[in-house]
Amino acid sequence: MAALIELQGITKSFAGIHALTEVDFDLHAGEVHALVGENGAGKSTLMRVLGGEMRPDSGRNLIEGQEVRLTGPTDAIGRGISVIHQEMALAPDLSVAENIFLGALPQGINWRRLRERARALIGRLGFEIAPGDQVSDLSVAHQQVVEIAKALSRDARVIVFDEPTAVLSTGDARRLLQIIKDLRASGVGIVYISHRLDEIYEIADRITVMKDGRRVDTVTPESTPVDELIRKMVGRPLSQLFGEKPDTQPGDEVLRVRNLHLPNGIHDVSFAIRRGEVVGLGGLVGSGRTEVARAIFGADPVSGGEMELNGQPYRPRSPRQAVRQGVGLVPEDRKGQGVVLDMEIRKNATMANSAPVTTAGFFRPAAERGLVEGLIRSLRIKLGSMNDPVSSLSGGNQQKVVLAKWFNADPDLIILDEPTRGVDVGAKTEIYTLVHRLAAEGKAVIVISSEHAELFGLCDRVLVMGEGELRGELLPAEFTEEKLLTLSMTRRQPAQAETMA
Amino acid sequence: MTENAASFNEAGTRRRFGFGRAFRQYGTFVIFVLLILVAQAQSDAFLTERNMMNVLRQMSGIGVMAIGMLFVILTRGIDLSVGSIAALGSVATAILVKEYPLPLALVLVVGMGAACGLISGIFIAFFRLPAFVITLAMMTAARGFALILSNGQPITLGAPGKALQGFGTSFTLGVPNPALLMIALFALAFVVLNYSRFGRLVKAIGSNEEAVRLSGISVPWYVLSVYVISGALSAVAGVLVTSRSGVGSASVGDGNELDVIAAVVIGGASLMGGVGGVINTFIGVLILGVIGNIMNLAGVPGYHQQVYLGVIIVAAVLIQNGSTLLRR
Repeated sequence: MAALIELQGITKSFAGIHALTEVDFDLHAGEVHALVGENGAGKSTLMRVLGGEMRPDSGRNLIEGQEVRLTGPTDAIGRGISVIHQEMALAPDLSVAENIFLGALPQGINWRRLRERARALIGRLGFEIAPGDQVSDLSVAHQQVVEIAKALSRDARVIVFDEPTAVLSTGDARRLLQIIKDLRASGVGIVYISHRLDEIYEIADRITVMKDGRRVDTVTPESTPVDELIRKMVGRPLSQLFGEKPDTQPGDEVLRVRNLHLPNGIHDVSFAIRRGEVVGLGGLVGSGRTEVARAIFGADPVSGGEMELNGQPYRPRSPRQAVRQGVGLVPEDRKGQGVVLDMEIRKNATMANSAPVTTAGFFRPAAERGLVEGLIRSLRIKLGSMNDPVSSLSGGNQQKVVLAKWFNADPDLIILDEPTRGVDVGAKTEIYTLVHRLAAEGKAVIVISSEHAELFGLCDRVLVMGEGELRGELLPAEFTEEKLLTLSMTRRQPAQAETMA
Repeated sequence: MTENAASFNEAGTRRRFGFGRAFRQYGTFVIFVLLILVAQAQSDAFLTERNMMNVLRQMSGIGVMAIGMLFVILTRGIDLSVGSIAALGSVATAILVKEYPLPLALVLVVGMGAACGLISGIFIAFFRLPAFVITLAMMTAARGFALILSNGQPITLGAPGKALQGFGTSFTLGVPNPALLMIALFALAFVVLNYSRFGRLVKAIGSNEEAVRLSGISVPWYVLSVYVISGALSAVAGVLVTSRSGVGSASVGDGNELDVIAAVVIGGASLMGGVGGVINTFIGVLILGVIGNIMNLAGVPGYHQQVYLGVIIVAAVLIQNGSTLLRR
């Protein structure tokens, strides 16, 4: 049987840089073919070629054995290929039904029939979403369901998922994986791009590893253990991923939170953290981790409770006050909140603390350059020039710019919210090293992460949240995924509340 | 702008194509040079010192307002009240020079403009109301206030304003004083925007306000400041116009807000905030002035001029965004 899709010897370069070199890739009906590799390995570029968004410089594209030249995404969609991008392409102000049939709306719209068909498509995926709802009111998970329904409405035979679970909670991710399995059973060919290897091992029939724009290997999950797969991706073994945890003794208490209440339902959160400690904040997405972080940073209002910073009462009304008192936050949404994308790397790096390089509010250019050069070297940021915009960097290096900003501000407490989201394996390791370094320098570090391995690999202890409350604490001896999940889903006994601090 | 880069995200640490940026940065300059060449071909009277100085003097009010507008637009805002505040400044100047010593009178006038900006700024920065609506209200109110103060009549500066009128109508080193003041203010703005923390943050706020806030910076104060600056500079523009004509009038600056916005946009600034420069804005002001001047020299009737101006604005923006459009 001819493959549903076969890409042969695809080469594509931008401005002289080879993004893809002689890549072969094929996909059969009824299989899940996973695509893994570090950011910049060429996965998304390959999928853009597959989805007709980009024309390769050379190479052949066969659909069911027939060579084709896709003229654009519309052409690809017409041939049954749908790509669901990480940043979804929905119109937020339109209804669910309108989005599903967007681009295929008949001239005279029979709204009732359209809604019925939308409902049926969503129902096929095992969900119930009102077709009349506005898309911007939906959760990210439901938006993704709408995207998939949209693909199904166009009779997609090939669906490409680009990091679909990166923005989903664990429960929603599970349901998505189930949908993908169902689609596979119905004969759809699926390309699955993800950094989450556990998911890949669960659903993939074949795995293609890419590195530096080349295909390294195509393997089956049964024949390839995880560590071998990672070695193919990065060229070094898994045990080195988290780096050496420095042997630091916790120092004085930096932050103490007592019975923190927030207007959005977070309640009775109490904990303390000392200098040199790395404390994880775990739990499901939506359990209140980010909200607690933002409240400590003064970004969102607090409705009750007390905080102490370095023994002094602490109640920041704005991030400005928090920063002045020695608190920093690396937010979860890097591009939306962490960096000013279009602004120079240099200017981003000195944004939180420009006092050392300014006189009377004016920058001393040489001093600023020197300071930023030091940060770039110390954090090993890979860049062309410090005067390039941050948008010219890869995800990992962008995140390092955010970290550089806070290294420069030198806070006593730094909160890292999903510090490695969308960051490739190589840069992850370097970010882990930086986290250890922050702790070794005597800072208190709070790490929020949905990757349990990351929490366990990085933290001295992990606080677990669930449904807006702090449900318990895990020490290294108890670092297992089951313990964390059980704790996050178990309502707290009143007596436990006292022992948390 | 960012779309170009987004189309090949996976290519790692690649440099962004410099083409679009270059166009944005130098497109304005190219347009200006082309315009000069066309103008020279059209009329011998164009490239005379006298004519050049005339253009500079005519544009001094617009130019000064454009500085404030640039700062506002960089934060992703808009200020429709500049022309009306200039009118208020003009009327107030004519009244106050008769009551107070000149320096004090001028300080009061500029302070009044700043106060207008402060009022708009408070609503925009702290109550987070749309700048378009608030400054539209200020535009109406300030004009009304100027009409009340002047009773709808032009007020001559008279004897007490002699020194001011002397400044406004004379030259230093062959350059009209109002134009010199405008150039000095542009130079100051250049230093502030490019070398001060304030300037940098104003630009950053227009680009990504939330990232700036989460860097521990109090965004509302910066937003407030740009409206205060714009108000103060608009009053300065009113003073300049009055110093040239010797008359304070509530009809000064009528419709100027659109010329000012046009100058800033021709200068390559983005109404989406974060993009724009002082030198380019200055050239934008000159382009606007030269276009009017050429058409006057060529004898194009006033009503036609407006149509051409519209076409030229679109052309300028098209050229600046040309590379982005071609890529599609």
